[in-house]
Amino acid sequence: MKLLFNYLLFPGFLFSACVGLIAGWVDRKVTARIQWRKGPPWYQNFVDLMKLLGKETIIPQGASRMTFLLAPFLGLLSAVLVATILGVSLRMPLESFAGDVIVILYLLTMPAVSMILGGSSSRNPLASVGASREMKLVLGYELPFILSILAVIIRSGGSIQLGPILNQQINFGSNLASWPGALAFIAAIFCMQAKLGFVPFDVAEAEQEIMAGAVIEYSGLPLAVFRLTKAVLLYTIPLFLIALFWAGNLSWLALTGKYIAVLVIIILIKNTNPRLRIDQAMRFFWGPVTALAGISVILALFGL
Amino acid sequence: MSHKVIIPIGPYHPLQEEPEFFRLYTEGEKVVDIDIVIGYMHRGIEELAEHKHFDQVAFLVERICGICSSSHPYAFVLAVEDIMGGEQNVVPERALYIRTIVDELQRLHSHLLWLGLAGHFIGYNTVWMWAWKYREPILEVFEMICGNRNHYAMSKIGGVRRDIRDMDIPVLKKTMDDLVPAVDMFKGAVMDDPVIQARLKGIGVLTREQAIEWAVVGPTARASGVNIDIRRDDPYGVFDKIDWNVIVEKDGDVFAKTKVRILEMYESINIIRQCLSKMPKGEIDANIKDVPPGEGIGRVEAPRGECFHYVKSDGTNRPIRHKIRAPSYMNVASNKVAAVGGTISDAAITLAAVDPCYCCTERLIVLDKATDKKLMNGWDLIRLSQEKTKKMQEGRL
Repeated sequence: MKLLFNYLLFPGFLFSACVGLIAGWVDRKVTARIQWRKGPPWYQNFVDLMKLLGKETIIPQGASRMTFLLAPFLGLLSAVLVATILGVSLRMPLESFAGDVIVILYLLTMPAVSMILGGSSSRNPLASVGASREMKLVLGYELPFILSILAVIIRSGGSIQLGPILNQQINFGSNLASWPGALAFIAAIFCMQAKLGFVPFDVAEAEQEIMAGAVIEYSGLPLAVFRLTKAVLLYTIPLFLIALFWAGNLSWLALTGKYIAVLVIIILIKNTNPRLRIDQAMRFFWGPVTALAGISVILALFGL
Repeated sequence: MSHKVIIPIGPYHPLQEEPEFFRLYTEGEKVVDIDIVIGYMHRGIEELAEHKHFDQVAFLVERICGICSSSHPYAFVLAVEDIMGGEQNVVPERALYIRTIVDELQRLHSHLLWLGLAGHFIGYNTVWMWAWKYREPILEVFEMICGNRNHYAMSKIGGVRRDIRDMDIPVLKKTMDDLVPAVDMFKGAVMDDPVIQARLKGIGVLTREQAIEWAVVGPTARASGVNIDIRRDDPYGVFDKIDWNVIVEKDGDVFAKTKVRILEMYESINIIRQCLSKMPKGEIDANIKDVPPGEGIGRVEAPRGECFHYVKSDGTNRPIRHKIRAPSYMNVASNKVAAVGGTISDAAITLAAVDPCYCCTERLIVLDKATDKKLMNGWDLIRLSQEKTKKMQEGRL
């Protein structure tokens, strides 16, 4: 019962979706102000979702029905599960289970996998281009992302459990305050931008090139689920990074402040860059970002 | 990999606000061939022009394009004045200056518009919004001196329709002064940004030979090192009396095209400033009554390149033949070489880099939601806009 409550209401689905949608509004509003526009009211993302729910779901001819319809849910379920694990661990570090960092890493890849599945099953050339781009992007950013997390794991004495990682930071200060932690955090920020599918790494959805790419054939409820997944991720991934790198103080107020700070970084990167080409994005992740994460791992090994 | 996939861009696509259809043959992300299909917007303007008076045709050709809406009527009146002995002999000098000013203001607003769209196409929406914000004062100036933001209706056979009043000149000068820092900012933000350079340099290259072979015009040609500009090669207006430079770049890629357009904005500002200080007093209209029989051509350097009009008159009040060639007609075809070989991402910006002409016209009605009653129709909106223009001209806004 308690697990179900955790998963569905707090800190799972309902809470993370609401926070994510509001964070999405902050993103839209700040973007609008940067661009000298007014921006939407705070409930815009909610009514957008409501509207999508009321729309007809169209399944393209010749698409594989089951995959097409189930793919978005796969992404949403995994994202919500991450939100639940994270939320519980942040409140009660002792309740985390062994290896949950690895589980989160896997689950965070699932939304991308669901995009790839959905795009490939929708039998549209633009969607397949989008899916192939997403695939390449995943290959690109997963390596530096795992490396930067490895630096954190090494610093907390090889623990792959959130509880000890958090406790270590509460007792000895945030990872961010150390050299390897700071470098790994920068690398992880870039990976987060790609995981969220924001400019400059929104190649899989590039509106002006392939018209929303993988999700081009989606409408109605499945599209709403994709949107919701994005919202949940916008809440989850920054929180995951905060838990790994910046968890010196875990009070509600501090968490909110840190979350907003990370959100601002995301929005700033998004609004001051053009979109990269997929090959440039790959080169960027496998070159400088992996090098940065690698250096942080080496520094962590030397115990700096 | 020999599996070819067709990626359609158009006829309806977020990239092209106008219906144009590009069929990209791709292998993976690489574009190996491209089919260009145009003709979705055929409106029969040449035929229409042959059924209208000379004075009406100037209004008609203005509607060919919402952005080059000074170039087309200007080229048309040049063609008609060519029948009567040339623009310089027919038109009063003050009118020549006014025509030049409007032509250059149009180039400014068009280049800013393109810069914004180019930013949008590479996913840089901040550049888009900022460029269009700085374009706004130019449209306001247009409304002040022509009464309209986009369709200026300034050129008429033998002169211009409206004078630039003395009280407008300080506002115009101030707008130009304010624009220089904005263009400086874009020059810095666009030309020094490493990510933008990574996206635009070496992309969609059109070599000098290819540019000549495909007969491209305007900034597209000048970015490939072809030194052509109608304003200098076949001067109209007062371009021969003014000190300005033709901007030429060698690289031929999208970055060079961007650079040419940004640098041309400085020249336009320079030209407008000189015109404002040199403009003589006097008549603005020669009051032409008849067009003699004969044939004439008019060439104008539109923001996108050479805009060509041919008019044949038999002495009646209608042209018996009117031929138009808009610059995009030449430039769009060059995508056949420029876009092939790049990726789909590159194709998007390459197709847009020639600045294909978008004409967007919109109608608007205001409805009362409860009663479904029309609160405002087209005429109300026209009245509203006229009232605002009047206020602006009286200096009350």
